[in-house]
Amino acid sequence: MKSRLFSSDSRLSDLITAHPSLLTLLTRLGISLGFGDRSIADVCEESGVDTSFFLLICNVYTFNNYIPSTATILGTDMTGLVPYLEKSHRYYVDKRLPHIERHLDAIAQQLGGRIGKVFISFFQEYKQEVETHFLHEEREVFPHIAALMSGKRDTSYKIGEFLHNHSDIEGKLDDLLNIVFKYLPPQVDDDNVLDVVYDILRLSEDLKKHTFIEEKIMVPLVQHLETKLGIKG
Amino acid sequence: MKQRLLIVEPSEVIVEGLKSILEGQVRFKVLDPELDPDRYMERIVANRPDIVLINPTLVDHVAKLRDENPVALVALVYQYVERETLKNFDAVVDIRDSRAVIIETLAQASPGESESGKSNYELTKRETAVLVQLAQGKTNKEIADALNVSVHTVISHRKNITRKTGIKSVAGLTVYAMLNNLIDEISLL
Repeated sequence: MKSRLFSSDSRLSDLITAHPSLLTLLTRLGISLGFGDRSIADVCEESGVDTSFFLLICNVYTFNNYIPSTATILGTDMTGLVPYLEKSHRYYVDKRLPHIERHLDAIAQQLGGRIGKVFISFFQEYKQEVETHFLHEEREVFPHIAALMSGKRDTSYKIGEFLHNHSDIEGKLDDLLNIVFKYLPPQVDDDNVLDVVYDILRLSEDLKKHTFIEEKIMVPLVQHLETKLGIKG
Repeated sequence: MKQRLLIVEPSEVIVEGLKSILEGQVRFKVLDPELDPDRYMERIVANRPDIVLINPTLVDHVAKLRDENPVALVALVYQYVERETLKNFDAVVDIRDSRAVIIETLAQASPGESESGKSNYELTKRETAVLVQLAQGKTNKEIADALNVSVHTVISHRKNITRKTGIKSVAGLTVYAMLNNLIDEISLL
């Protein structure tokens, strides 16, 4: 398993060529395009991104059964984690969801009438749920992590609550996918449907990894910090 | 594909006898028998058998049962049963029949593969009824009362609806119901 994971000597462009979907991660990790033929380590250094953190996220996104050990998590500089998660939230809310909504709007127009309205409001409600979910994390969870990382014994929030309340934000997306490619009537233009199906699939995959990073990297990290600072769960 | 067989029969002696005859058979998968005659509807909804072997005196509404579930109904007879009653069944097994005759009767009664494959993904009338009520914002309890079934049965129907459509949320099922013209636009408020 380990040998299949990426190393810092590889060219960043080789990594992207092998796994093009990682391209959407770069901006969120603080790396701009135009990196030429430089190695992962060089590009990360120039962009002020910790190389091992960068590799950890790329490995999680690429290898489905890769679960980083606690030792790996604690041995990695995690200062970039919360900024990365926040940027991901913005990417979903400001870029991906509006993009999907534009396609769905067009489909709703073709459906027309009350059906069109019910169809689009299903998505709008979902979007609202996602935003509320993210907002909760940004207001409650992330400041707690930032405080712990700077050594403060912050008890305003406890990570034990996180898994307990962490709701599933991909489920409704799967419902939407089923509706869109199985049940739309023939008057709806296929081109729009195909575009949106790919967009939904990509977002759904991305959100699954995002949830994974929160539950399998962020939570163990915070649990460790809380214990170290003597905060009892 | 093995035919899933549910035996509904309160007598353990008869159930055990049938099981021992059928269990070595490659054509059938014998589900856990239902000894409680009041629970057979729930079991049919929950376990989706292909064949139900049942004492005809236990079945109150054969037509209703058939409407809602695509199963072959086989009467299990060990006393005198009126000919009129038996008309509603796909086949009749008499417990005095030989082992070979019982197996053959059940095999003949079982639905063909293509047919069961087709009905597997189509919503039954009862599932459609549950779906419509769900889309109108009713709770499981309200649906159970309206359709005169237990809450447990409603939940089983919901599981089947989700398995067939791939849609889990009530909001998603509402969109599905509208797209399939199952609810008129006015009833949804």
